[in-house]
Amino acid sequence: MSKNLRITNNKFIDQTSRISFKFDGKTLYGFKGDTLASALLANNIHLVGRSFKYHRPRGIMACGSEEPNAIVQVGNDASMTEPNTRATEIELYEGLEASSQNCWPSVNFDIGAINNFFSPLIPAAFYYKTFMWPANFWKLYEYFIRKSAGLGKSPTEPDKDIYDHRYLHCDVLVVGGGVSGIMAAKTAAKNKLNTVLIDDKNILGGTTLFQKNECFKINNSYSSDWLKKEIETLNSLKNLTIKTRTSLAAYHSYNYLLARENLTDHLCLNEKKDKIRQRLWKIRAKKVVIATGAMERPLIFNNNDRPGIILSSSIKKYIDYYGVKCGQKVSLFTNNDSAYETAISLNNNGVIVNSVIDIRDKTNSLIVKQAEKLGIKIHWKSSVVNTNGYKKINSIEIMKLSDNGTAVVGKKIKEECDCLAISGGWTPRVHLFTQSGGKLKFRNEDNVFLPDKTDLDQISIGSCNGDFELDEVIENSVNLINKFLKVNNNDYVNLEIISSKEIDKKNIWLLPSDKPLGKTKPFLDFQNDSTANDVKLALREGFKSIEHVKRYTTTGMATDQGKLSNMHALGIIAETAGVKMGELGTTTFRPPYTPLTFGAIVGRNIGEFFDITRRTPMHDWHVEKKAEFENVGQWKRAWYYPINNENMNEAVQRESKAARDSAGILDASTLGKIDIQGSDTSEFLNRVYTNAWSKLEIGKCRYGLMLNEDGMVYDDGVTTRLSENHYLMTTTTGGAANVLSKLEDYLQTEWPELDVYLTSVTDHYGTVSICGPNSKKILSKVIPDLDLSDKEFPHMSFKNALIDNIKCRVMRISFTGEHSYEINIQSSYAKSVWEKCFDAGKEFNITPYGTETMHLLRAEKGFIIAGQDTDGTMTPVDLQMDWIISKKKYDFIGKRSLYRSDTIREDRKQLVGLLTEDPKEILEEGAQIVAETNKQPIEMLGHVTSSYFSPNLNKSIALAVVKNGKKLKGQKMFVPMKDKTISVTITDTVFLDKENKRLNA
Amino acid sequence: MFLINCPYCGERDQSEFTAGGEAHIVRPKQPTELSDDQWAEFLFMRKNIKGVQLERWNHAHGCRKWFNMVRDTSNDKIHAVYKMGEKPPIK
Repeated sequence: MSKNLRITNNKFIDQTSRISFKFDGKTLYGFKGDTLASALLANNIHLVGRSFKYHRPRGIMACGSEEPNAIVQVGNDASMTEPNTRATEIELYEGLEASSQNCWPSVNFDIGAINNFFSPLIPAAFYYKTFMWPANFWKLYEYFIRKSAGLGKSPTEPDKDIYDHRYLHCDVLVVGGGVSGIMAAKTAAKNKLNTVLIDDKNILGGTTLFQKNECFKINNSYSSDWLKKEIETLNSLKNLTIKTRTSLAAYHSYNYLLARENLTDHLCLNEKKDKIRQRLWKIRAKKVVIATGAMERPLIFNNNDRPGIILSSSIKKYIDYYGVKCGQKVSLFTNNDSAYETAISLNNNGVIVNSVIDIRDKTNSLIVKQAEKLGIKIHWKSSVVNTNGYKKINSIEIMKLSDNGTAVVGKKIKEECDCLAISGGWTPRVHLFTQSGGKLKFRNEDNVFLPDKTDLDQISIGSCNGDFELDEVIENSVNLINKFLKVNNNDYVNLEIISSKEIDKKNIWLLPSDKPLGKTKPFLDFQNDSTANDVKLALREGFKSIEHVKRYTTTGMATDQGKLSNMHALGIIAETAGVKMGELGTTTFRPPYTPLTFGAIVGRNIGEFFDITRRTPMHDWHVEKKAEFENVGQWKRAWYYPINNENMNEAVQRESKAARDSAGILDASTLGKIDIQGSDTSEFLNRVYTNAWSKLEIGKCRYGLMLNEDGMVYDDGVTTRLSENHYLMTTTTGGAANVLSKLEDYLQTEWPELDVYLTSVTDHYGTVSICGPNSKKILSKVIPDLDLSDKEFPHMSFKNALIDNIKCRVMRISFTGEHSYEINIQSSYAKSVWEKCFDAGKEFNITPYGTETMHLLRAEKGFIIAGQDTDGTMTPVDLQMDWIISKKKYDFIGKRSLYRSDTIREDRKQLVGLLTEDPKEILEEGAQIVAETNKQPIEMLGHVTSSYFSPNLNKSIALAVVKNGKKLKGQKMFVPMKDKTISVTITDTVFLDKENKRLNA
Repeated sequence: MFLINCPYCGERDQSEFTAGGEAHIVRPKQPTELSDDQWAEFLFMRKNIKGVQLERWNHAHGCRKWFNMVRDTSNDKIHAVYKMGEKPPIK
């Protein structure tokens, strides 16, 4: 480390604990308390990255979250590396490894820098304009553009760190631990309000913490000393929780806020281990105090982006807080008083201060007088017109400003320097206020947007509310806090405050140069490399809205969201377009305020906790039998049961054949089950299903089709009448929750007079479905007492039964067209009943089958699956299921829509069967259907919805929706695929057992 | 995220609720007697105003009850909640 860049009498950095770290592969040293940025500067490293578009050398520019340039990659582990982190926010720890981004092969020699020489050829929206034609070349362009764009590298392996979410409720949340935030938190906590104070730094105090200047005193001591005492008293307050290293990410309506707490990012590698890295706090606060302060603006002039050009207040923090000199010979360029504080700090610490270049004519504030007394040279009414030095600034060129400030005049003075401080005034951090829906107002005298109207219980205090002088901050904050919290706090009333006042203000958004505009590079957005010239070009090309200019030039769209660039962009637009800034408005500040890691966003909801997993009671049995599983909503359903290395097709062919030849067993537990009771249930069913339910006898089952009010098929299933006023409805697996909520909706809002009660019992019962010609024999072994004769227990009926003294319900219903039974039994017994059925079926080669076989078997019978063969645009008539629409019922959900002009059209898409010319050819689901092959453009008549090879028919079968399909039976159609065209014939939807003989086999 | 005062359960996070669109659209008692236009008016037409709107909400992950809300869509301010079948508490 360059010794002469560190001052040794610094109290904030522990200079006894040396830390080693690596930057771009080189081992360097810093101290505990350093940020990566301060440690790099102490090592005289300014060049830390290359700019996004022109690959210009860029250095550290700020000291906090607004840093646009010093964006680095941290860590080189494939699972833990993190791109786009701000060196100014990374606390140094032993073993830290960081590297520059957006440069190849190295930051010192970057091939992409050639873009800088071509920069006149790469104006705003260059990519949009250039890579438009020919359209199909985009694929080619994209590859190269993506390669040359982008900042850091994403990790390639899953993140090993642990992240956490927690809720927090409080009376008062104070955001920001500077002077005003500390006053607010203390006042609230002392008045017995449950208070939380958060700050994104590792220590409270803001910038006042290191303010040791005669011009800023409270009760006769430095403002920093006064504040330190205030901070010490916070620890004794019972109602106050302090969270440092916690950055407020988002402020939503109803005072709901998200804050990210860094717990281990500052610890060395072995201390981090097994600890939670970051925690996302979900905060609901009764009242919110925003005390987020202000950030310094840069100045916009030619070549204002070189390494070594740093915000003035940041240079002050580096010297006063970190004890790091950003340079040995520093020049300062300003339009306001705050650069003088920096000049004085530098001077007091033995740094050569070349001069202060001030665009103002002359001013006589306390602090300026102090600087003059120290012998600091000031160039009044002057501007920096150019800077020199490729990888680091080595000199600046100064000229006098004309009276109106639009041009420079006179002789050019060259001043050698190794660092240039810039200060363009202050921008209140109103981001959180606007995120919360607050409206801003504009203050003309110093060109700031300030909080104005809000609907929430919140206030902004301190410099984020436009108070920039120490005495104003304290006096106004006390008044605002007392009023907001309805308390009377006198702690801060009779303070004796000395504060230098800024008397003269002057602002020039785009500083003039001796060169014409096209020949200069006045950077606005340092991270996205857009210049004032780009913004002006956008205006010339006709863009007027600030939102459009932003997108066209990408100003303010980088990872820093334009924290430093937005105000200047607005200023230049307003000036060029001749409108007032207050009328122009701002772009929208969106959360998060600083980027959040994906880890913090997802918290613990990863891997198996990503979503709820629902398993049937028989799940373990399927696992034992090595079933493959399919996700159906949140359910894991057995998909097929491969034996002896079968692939899916082979397994499904075997299962399907076995189910029809002898017996199959299916886990149907996932079907939605709704228990319906009440004296009006049959009337209710009449209203929600298309068919009639009044005459359904006790002990009988009926299939029902449910529509939406728009007449489109919504769900289907079998409902059983268990007793006089007690029914059990089944729904599709995926539709269960929606059906229940839809039925609840109608009951509560349209038909509150009906005596009907709904309860979801899906999880309460497991369902074993046995089908096939031997199912009857198997069931008679499992429940010997039950009379299974067709007369006593016909198709579509139900019986109560006992298995080992456990009550169960047996339904004789079928989704395969085979003779089949479904046993519903309390979930806890379902697995044993399943096993019992399986054992009983062994002599009949009972074959477990999964959802894929179930789909194949029902397709052979032409039974639809709601959601596969329907898509919310199919009426029952489209499905050729006219038989299920009751003609007698006056009304049911969706009835009126069935004869709207659109639903009675004859040429709607209708469900049909398809057979391929070559019976071995299996169609692809989703494939398009056309009537001819040699016409272009060709009309798409429909698409394949279900397609299988049927082992029972020994041919390929498919269901499809085809325009006017009902009338096209027997017609030839074509399914064009990528490599061939398949000929098909439209058929009936039922392929097997049209007479339903197998149901009673 | 809103804080919603369920008329049955009290204040709860918005994440427990689902929104059900405009309130007080009564399903016609005799749909068969309506013209296509009249039926379409009921079925499709919603105001979606910027300003104070009467809405249906369901405490889906709570008591499962439907209720109505007076909400200003321009600033998300909830002026009142009231039970199904009740008249809106403000004009």
